[in-house]
Amino acid sequence: MKRSSWKEYEKEIADDHYYYARSCIRQNFFPGSETTFLRIMREALGKDIYDDPRHTSCTGIGYHSDIVPLDTTMAVVARQFALMTEAGYENIAISCITSFGLYTEILETWHEFPETEARARENLFKATGREFRKPANIAHTSDIVFHNREVIAAQAVRKLVNAETGAPLNIVEHIGCHYAKIFPKSGIGGSEFPYVLAGMVEEWGGRVVDYPERRHCCGFGFRNYIVQANRGFSIANSRKKLESMAPYKPDMMVANCPGCAMFLDKWQYAIAEMENVTYGADGRGIPVLTYEEMAGLVLGYDPWDMGMQMHQVDTEQVLQKMGVRYDPAAKFLGRAGKFIGAPAAAAVNTFSGDRIYRIKT
Amino acid sequence: MSSKRIVVIGGGPAGMQAALSLAAGGLKPVIVERAGELGGKLKEWHRLFPSMTEANEVLTRLTGEIAEAGVEVMLHTEVEGIALGEGGAHDGAPNGVVLAEGKKLPAGAVIVASGFDIFDARQKEEYGYHVYDNVFTTVDIERMLNGDKVALSDGTAPRRIAFVHCVGSRDEKVNQRHCSKVCCITAVKQAMELRERFPEAEIYSFYMDIRMFGPGYEELYQQAQQESHINFIRGRVSEASPTIDGRIQIKAEDTLVGRPLKMSVDMVVLAVGMKAAAGNEKLAASCDGLSLAPSGFLAPRDMFTGCVSSGAAGVFYAGTATAPKTIGECIAEGAMAAQRAAEYLKSGAKR
Repeated sequence: MKRSSWKEYEKEIADDHYYYARSCIRQNFFPGSETTFLRIMREALGKDIYDDPRHTSCTGIGYHSDIVPLDTTMAVVARQFALMTEAGYENIAISCITSFGLYTEILETWHEFPETEARARENLFKATGREFRKPANIAHTSDIVFHNREVIAAQAVRKLVNAETGAPLNIVEHIGCHYAKIFPKSGIGGSEFPYVLAGMVEEWGGRVVDYPERRHCCGFGFRNYIVQANRGFSIANSRKKLESMAPYKPDMMVANCPGCAMFLDKWQYAIAEMENVTYGADGRGIPVLTYEEMAGLVLGYDPWDMGMQMHQVDTEQVLQKMGVRYDPAAKFLGRAGKFIGAPAAAAVNTFSGDRIYRIKT
Repeated sequence: MSSKRIVVIGGGPAGMQAALSLAAGGLKPVIVERAGELGGKLKEWHRLFPSMTEANEVLTRLTGEIAEAGVEVMLHTEVEGIALGEGGAHDGAPNGVVLAEGKKLPAGAVIVASGFDIFDARQKEEYGYHVYDNVFTTVDIERMLNGDKVALSDGTAPRRIAFVHCVGSRDEKVNQRHCSKVCCITAVKQAMELRERFPEAEIYSFYMDIRMFGPGYEELYQQAQQESHINFIRGRVSEASPTIDGRIQIKAEDTLVGRPLKMSVDMVVLAVGMKAAAGNEKLAASCDGLSLAPSGFLAPRDMFTGCVSSGAAGVFYAGTATAPKTIGECIAEGAMAAQRAAEYLKSGAKR
């Protein structure tokens, strides 16, 4: 695929001194990824990043589900900016795609309709006595990793290649809808051909899979999932993507959105149970990594330190292909070597000898 | 004598006809053309709708008459703006044009026949032009027809072809709100031409509305359906993606049956629109009275009796400088602008 058009959509990404805005979903489902991001920033890149325990949800899910009014959302986002201002930072690094889209949308709204900014400032001051400066630079954390992809490549312990054959791994990249579909200029590469993850994959030796449903939503779509009656739409969309990518025999997926990583991973189990269909070249599912996990593997981090035991589809097949040394026995050991309990084997991970847990029986 | 000289900016059909009409009236036209030869975009077209006349036939006739009439032609020459100052046909009126490096070409009147630009289909990124090998524009297809080499990038014949209408027209997303008028009939014509070459192919045409405004157009559209078996689907294509076998998957909504649609095709043809020429802004800024329409095309004095007149005395318009038009309309406007310019020089009427 000719990808030169992505260069028409580049944006300024701050080089250092970030205020970190965490993600609600990721802290629950991929907590190791955010820890890994901080480690990459501080240890590999030597950057200053402030992880503030005081900041809250951005209300994005509630906002997009029509539960939280816009004024409330603006006041909450204004509070995050106030915390950033108080901490002495002006570059915000946002972990969640929906938060990133929401912050971008609110800043654009304030720009177009200054009275809404004035109202948000007034509401925030009345409620908390806080004031704020708007961020000088707003970036998704995948933007920041992309920005430093060459520095990471220079420190790479291994590449995104099959260690035995030397062939590049086939990697499906999936971009969260709220990254650039709302404001194409807010994303590296725009909305149609985002390059933020593809750039990392190519820089680190992998091969990007271009498949028909590449731009399709993962299926999360708040109303699809949160309204239980619509949940079939969610899994149907994930299935559409999986069916579309399967013939390309991807070695793994990588996503930059908390919901996408979660749903593309966990719906594989549900589809295996519902339809007896397991994707992946050898029937073991297609592992879904976050970009921090992908970067961490390149940098030689231990997969269990990065929380890769939290995945629904086991990631060992990727670790083995990349030649990552890992201790299988340590997979479910927590801090100080304490056993944290192992999940029952699921239909999506059909290693020989595994006990299959079937929810239907 | 500069007061009888009339500069015609642009050597396409409108400009050539304007020059011919001026010469026939005893005036001294000079065509200023930035390209290396006359003809404008007509040089690139294959056959003209709805009669399927060879474009070269029209081109040869016009260029032949230009040569025969001994019209002065300046090729490889760019016009920077309208020249102002003393010596015009009337006090305070433009007195020629400014060429590159500030060189002035004196004249009693100016006819702007500078044409249009073709919409750059890369701006509609979702269609994958210049990303996927077998996504073409209607302009590409004309060139391929001219070279008698209509084929997929690997040289094979397409088995399924999709035309996409309104690419860069009636589309606020790319700041092109106007209808380009000729793309519908162009797509119909090309679909029929491809049917002649590929009798076994399935040919689809995705449209918002089919706008068949000219004589013989509706009949051609009917013929395309009934005799050429082109499948017209009312719905805009949302995106094009590659398939594993090198084809292109397109998604659309068939709005007549109210259902989404997905199909794989071998070739996508984007019916690109006519965009205001990039030079219009600079030209309009060079002279009081010249202005742009919201679409970026030059705004005529009025839409009816002054459609070839500008707001500046001595500056006239012809062809697609003011709006999307057919070749026939451009030639008619060329003759009309010439007449108005001649009247202006003769009588001093400021129109």
